[in-house]
Amino acid sequence: MQSFWKLAVVECKLYFRFPIMALFTLALPLMILILLGSIFGNEPSPLYGGYGSVDVSVPAYAAMIIAISAFISLPITLANYRERGILRRFRATPVSPAAVLGAQLVMQFLMTLLGMALLIVAGKLVYGLRFEGNALSVLAAFSLSCLSFFAFGMILAGLIPSVRLASIVGNVLLQPMIYLSGATIPLEVMSPRMREFIRFIPLTHVVTLLRGLWVGDVWSEHQTELIVLSAILVVCSIVAVKVFRWE
Amino acid sequence: MQQVIHVSHLGKMYGKTIAVDDLSFEVNEGEIFGMVGPNGAGKTTTIECLQGLRRPDQGEVRVLELDPVRQEHSLRLEIGTQLQKALLPDRLKVDEALDLFASFYPDPTPWPILLERLGLVEKKGAYISELSGGQQQRLFIALALINHPRLVFLDELTTGLDPQARHTIWDLVREIRAEGRTVFLTTHLMEEAEKLCDRVMIVDHGRVVALDTPSALVRSLGAESRVLFICEGAFDPQVLKAISAVSRVEQDGQRVIVYGRAPQPGQPPLIADVANALSAQRIAFTDIRMEQASLEDVFLQLTGRAIRD
Repeated sequence: MQSFWKLAVVECKLYFRFPIMALFTLALPLMILILLGSIFGNEPSPLYGGYGSVDVSVPAYAAMIIAISAFISLPITLANYRERGILRRFRATPVSPAAVLGAQLVMQFLMTLLGMALLIVAGKLVYGLRFEGNALSVLAAFSLSCLSFFAFGMILAGLIPSVRLASIVGNVLLQPMIYLSGATIPLEVMSPRMREFIRFIPLTHVVTLLRGLWVGDVWSEHQTELIVLSAILVVCSIVAVKVFRWE
Repeated sequence: MQQVIHVSHLGKMYGKTIAVDDLSFEVNEGEIFGMVGPNGAGKTTTIECLQGLRRPDQGEVRVLELDPVRQEHSLRLEIGTQLQKALLPDRLKVDEALDLFASFYPDPTPWPILLERLGLVEKKGAYISELSGGQQQRLFIALALINHPRLVFLDELTTGLDPQARHTIWDLVREIRAEGRTVFLTTHLMEEAEKLCDRVMIVDHGRVVALDTPSALVRSLGAESRVLFICEGAFDPQVLKAISAVSRVEQDGQRVIVYGRAPQPGQPPLIADVANALSAQRIAFTDIRMEQASLEDVFLQLTGRAIRD
């Protein structure tokens, strides 16, 4: 256990010492929020059911951060570790593989959480962000979403041999997903046919769940999202364990 | 003498490629044992089988009386490892790396002692990427020693280092032996194997082609000695060919190379015969020196000169 926490602390330090990843995950969503807020403000609008654009964007952007961590940050970090023999070096010690990968996942989770916290703080301070849900519920949904998407990210990390390829594949998956899930462009501005279609994009369920709980929905209104995300978690975890390679 | 590594008929294939064919050897406690061989000879695969990083297809491997595959955890507690092409994150600091690795073992050496011993105290807070090649290898040795290992694996430890750094590392390896630990190393440098190792195993095509002390290997070859000198005036090679020990004479401009048998005990060395013959004929020469056959000659003779990558 001692090794696990040391690894997790080291991973967090390394994250901030390699600022490109931190910029992408932490600063970019924050910048978009500020930009959007400065254009549209946060006045209640009938389009968003009586909420402002910042109110609906904060939980949606949290989904975007989850996707960035899962599709970019996690696979690239592990591909780099594999490419440079860092995983191999750990394997030659008695430290358990679960501790090495677990520390990586914990770090990614904490950084994703930090990204969301930054959005909330900025939203609150600058635009008077409204929150009508239960904080624990939102945290639980956020955690479930992270686990599901990180499990998918671990499949990428297992299959993709190099950093270059990891960044290409990650972006190819990420870019359409964040635009077609309501994570950046609000669901409300999409046509009904479009909204039918994007139900098949996994990230849409994260956006729907987080936005719903944010404004006070109860869990029973989001059974679909819960089932989809749990299924992704289970299936992807099994596949990820099967495909993971140390070198 | 106790054996710390026992390998018999080890074999490992990747698809249809034979990496290790039929390898058998033993390593004794307290020695520096070197494995040398051309690229693709099966060195890395062998080391990985010894550490339990790979499962052998056939044969038996015992390391510290353990089965590296079935008892990998127990084994890893007792061995130290420096792996070729296995690095640490660039932005990890030296002290963080030591602290982290110390946490992997139940009773680690206090790492400030290792820092001191490996001359890295001033680099304590430096990023690994800021270290020179020699400093990085010293750090990797420190990491390999952190658990008081009985057996230390050093894979291509000095590749790419400058001569000073290399000599520092060699001294460190000798110190490790002086503490009673066994060292298993691989190298590309025959000079390193010759100067550092108690015994050297030459492998090629996944088999042992020779295994002995470096001097016995050189002797077994019966390799020729060479005498080199510069002759500024005219000179007739016949003068030297008359010496019974000389087998041939090569001339390249002013440079002359005389090949001959290695001297038998009790006989004067070839260089004395050559110098005497030249002086007797009043032939002026400078820069005369003798080169003994080295492990490199043995290696090239046994594995050939063709380039393989």
